[in-house]
Amino acid sequence: MNPFSSGTRLSDMIRAIRASKTAAEERAVVRKECAAIRASINENDQDYRHRDLAKLMFIHMLGYPTHFGQMECLKLIASPGFPEKRIGYLGLMLLLDERQEVLMLVTNSLKQDLNHTNQYIVGLALCALGNICSAEMARDLAPEVERLLQFRDPNIRKKAALCAIRIIRKVPDLSENFINPGAALLKEKHHGVLITGVHLCTEICNVSSEALEYFRKKCTEGLVKTLRDIANSPYSPEYDVAGIMDPFLHIRLLRLLRVLGQGDADASDCMNDILAQVASKTESNKNAGNAILYECVQTIMSIEENGGLRVLAINILGKFLSNRDNNIRYVALNMLMRALTVDSQAVQRHRATILECVKDSDASIQKRALELIYLLVNENNVKPLAKELIEYLEVSEQDFKGDLAAKICSIVEKFAPEKIWYIDQMLKVLSEAGTYVKEDVWHALIVVITNAPHLHGYTVRALYRALHTSCEQETLVRVAIWCIGEYADLLVNNSGMLDLEDPITVTESDAVDVIETAIKHHTSDVTTKAMALIALLKISSRFPSCSERVKSIIGQNKGSFVLELQQRSMEFSSVIQKHQNIRSTLLERMPVLDEATFSGRRAGSLPASVSTSGKSSFSIPNGVAKAPLVDLLDLSSDDTPAPTSSGDNFLQDLLGVDITQPSAQPVSGMQPSQAGADILLDLLSIGTPSPVQNGSTNGDLLFMQDNNAPIASMDTISSTSPTAPSSMMDLLDGFGSTPPKNEDKSPAYPSIVAFESSSLKIEFNFTKKPENPQTTNIVGNFTNLSPNVYTDFLFQAAVPKFLQLHLDPASSNSLPANGSIKQTMRVTNSQQGKKPIVMRMRVGYKINGKDVLEEGQINNFPRGL
Amino acid sequence: MTCLIMLASGIHFVLLVSRQGKVRLTKWYSPYAQKERSKVIRELSGVILNRGPKLCNFVEWRGYKVVYKRYASLYFCMCIDQEDNELEVLEIIHHYVEILDRYFGSVCELDLIFNFHKAYYILDELLIAGELQESSKKTVARIISAQDQLVEVAKEEASSISNIIAQATK
Repeated sequence: MNPFSSGTRLSDMIRAIRASKTAAEERAVVRKECAAIRASINENDQDYRHRDLAKLMFIHMLGYPTHFGQMECLKLIASPGFPEKRIGYLGLMLLLDERQEVLMLVTNSLKQDLNHTNQYIVGLALCALGNICSAEMARDLAPEVERLLQFRDPNIRKKAALCAIRIIRKVPDLSENFINPGAALLKEKHHGVLITGVHLCTEICNVSSEALEYFRKKCTEGLVKTLRDIANSPYSPEYDVAGIMDPFLHIRLLRLLRVLGQGDADASDCMNDILAQVASKTESNKNAGNAILYECVQTIMSIEENGGLRVLAINILGKFLSNRDNNIRYVALNMLMRALTVDSQAVQRHRATILECVKDSDASIQKRALELIYLLVNENNVKPLAKELIEYLEVSEQDFKGDLAAKICSIVEKFAPEKIWYIDQMLKVLSEAGTYVKEDVWHALIVVITNAPHLHGYTVRALYRALHTSCEQETLVRVAIWCIGEYADLLVNNSGMLDLEDPITVTESDAVDVIETAIKHHTSDVTTKAMALIALLKISSRFPSCSERVKSIIGQNKGSFVLELQQRSMEFSSVIQKHQNIRSTLLERMPVLDEATFSGRRAGSLPASVSTSGKSSFSIPNGVAKAPLVDLLDLSSDDTPAPTSSGDNFLQDLLGVDITQPSAQPVSGMQPSQAGADILLDLLSIGTPSPVQNGSTNGDLLFMQDNNAPIASMDTISSTSPTAPSSMMDLLDGFGSTPPKNEDKSPAYPSIVAFESSSLKIEFNFTKKPENPQTTNIVGNFTNLSPNVYTDFLFQAAVPKFLQLHLDPASSNSLPANGSIKQTMRVTNSQQGKKPIVMRMRVGYKINGKDVLEEGQINNFPRGL
Repeated sequence: MTCLIMLASGIHFVLLVSRQGKVRLTKWYSPYAQKERSKVIRELSGVILNRGPKLCNFVEWRGYKVVYKRYASLYFCMCIDQEDNELEVLEIIHHYVEILDRYFGSVCELDLIFNFHKAYYILDELLIAGELQESSKKTVARIISAQDQLVEVAKEEASSISNIIAQATK
């Protein structure tokens, strides 16, 4: 005997492990055993190999690494005796999974064992194959399995059938080979073979529509008969479960019939009677019976319409739903969800019961019921349902509140009959579960509020009241702050009073008080505080008498460690102090936010906007404020062609009213002006929605990158930095809640239309390497707007002395009609940051051999290049 | 209108956990990496062991459903797809427990600890590829005992051979 091998038996080891009082003790025992096993492996000790593997499996279950035992499995499998093989295969299935390469080594042993004369060894191999076979093994061993489907012993046939299922799941193409042997299994009497055979056929039908047709034609009647025989068969102790004959076989037959009946009226017709019999005769007082009923209902719902059967099925679900057993209620909810597409009226009838399930003490049932209720809501029942759900929100468990609040918000938004109701319900949700409400939801609320001018006063007063009772709910606080900032005057003078409201007296300083509370409250985060600063700034303009107090509150944040707050504080103080003359214009009420744009954006996935900017963040407010407004907008700064509408555009931009304007309007050369607008917009805390920026600055060329380019353009100029949260942020306020990580990213620059004539368009895209800020890489995109082919195309450019230009060859020298080519160039700006890039360019080409020359000056390069 | 029925892909894994959170058996029919396995076990036993006694036997977890049932100190858990028949899986669990019970003669946790490999052998006669292979308890018992018999015979042969060798070399 090997002196190193541990003498302990398996049970001794288990006892030692169980006797360990601490985790450390257990680890020590395991370590010692593992060392002994490793030694024994190294010695290639055959006598104890299977004992070692058994120990390893136990150790594995405790969660210790046992990879060193993998090869032992293979050795045991390769040994001739049944006991060795049995434990070897068990280890294989336990210690390895199908993705390990070691597994490939076992294919050969498996093949031999599948052909073994001992049927139990064949069984072991089939079992291992069925449990861990990979796609490759499936291909290699499918012929063996196919053959074994006709093996004399039924126990091998059933194992082979399940193996075939695994093979088909791994390699669906192989299903063809199993159609005929699978169909043969359907005639079996042995329950195990029949169960697995039915299952195999179901699986084949699922991957191959031809097979489905075949089985539908050849086997439907036979299966119906089999099901009838099973359902009517006398008591048989071997297969009896709670008085029912083999529920497992029942269920599998029902499942295959479902596949065959779906989408085929004849097949469905053929099975109607037996389904009716199963649905009406099966005992429903035990789980086994209910399992069959549940499966039967599913089949009835899936096959082709038969009114009477469906009524029967829905009634079964109704009974399930009123069952006292939680399991039965759970599956009823599950099934009703699926029945919804078939017969929503019938499901609606159970609404009250389902609503009760939302309030169940069982989280699984709650979740199911909530999802079902969510699907049941429509215009007609939204009011009572929302009321019930909101009432429940108050008493529900913390874990459930998030889900519940999200669903309530969603249905309220979707089906609100009128705005005031929507606003009321949202305020209730925010007051109860504001912390769980997602960003886009409260953003949407603000959009709706701005769109309901007659409710501004009502809303701001309601929010003011709510704030006093629920000041811990972050999102409520945010919405309230925003509204108070905007509509403070309506709050104080009680204007726009609705009949249903109780008047309240709020003084100007009360309004400032609540905002001050919010800014100082420990639960408020940066976003809330930043919003509060803006609200204060706005109040300072609405109530000049509070100006001093506002100034001092804003001033307190000058020393904030959060860059965002500090900067806002500085800028806003300066607005209050130095720029009385423009303050009221700056701080006018927000324009109405466009609902369509917002919902469009919300529908599209919110882009993780690239946070850029960095060096080009100037100290804007001062600069802006000093400049007269017209200059600021800088309408005439460029001599590049600008469409006549551009002036309007700016104004509209400024007012934020044109956000629905088609964004494809090509306008060039407006970068500086746009910049001016941006600055102002930013101060106004509006932020232009990106589609507008696309339209006015870049025309349609930016469409492909409209997510980051506009933001970048705003960023490079403005001081605030919209960060990841979403583009909605800048729609509402233009601030980011977290300081941007500017420094380590190279700034992105918006593309420009450098030149455009009736026949040619040139777009420039810019990139810069951070390590080389002076050099800009430009990719020029030349688009032929005419139906003619341009040949001998040549682009030339000239730059002032402080610039260096390097032109790479163009991707082609001919431009097909409506086609485009690319050319890259590199501009090094020795005065980078001081002087902008300008460029003169000339384009020459031939149309049908005739020379054409176009010239122009490009001075709409983004700043800071 | 023909939409393919979402066919469930059977049981993804079987898990036996004691009330103290000790793993007594794990069987994975869908590929889970070893690391993933221990994470799954930790997560699930946390959820299931904390559920109250009168609640339903289903837990929704990572888009799957876990059907569990407690027998004495052991929780039997099986993970299935959303579309699967939960009630049937409860029956399968019960089926397995009954077979174990017959095999060990009123089975207890200790039986499954010291004879864990037997529990695996029995499970392998019940499920392959996550699908049920036999609905007769009697058949499973017969096949298992036939294989146990084979092992016994092999052992006797081995000992008799080693006796012969021992005698020959005396």
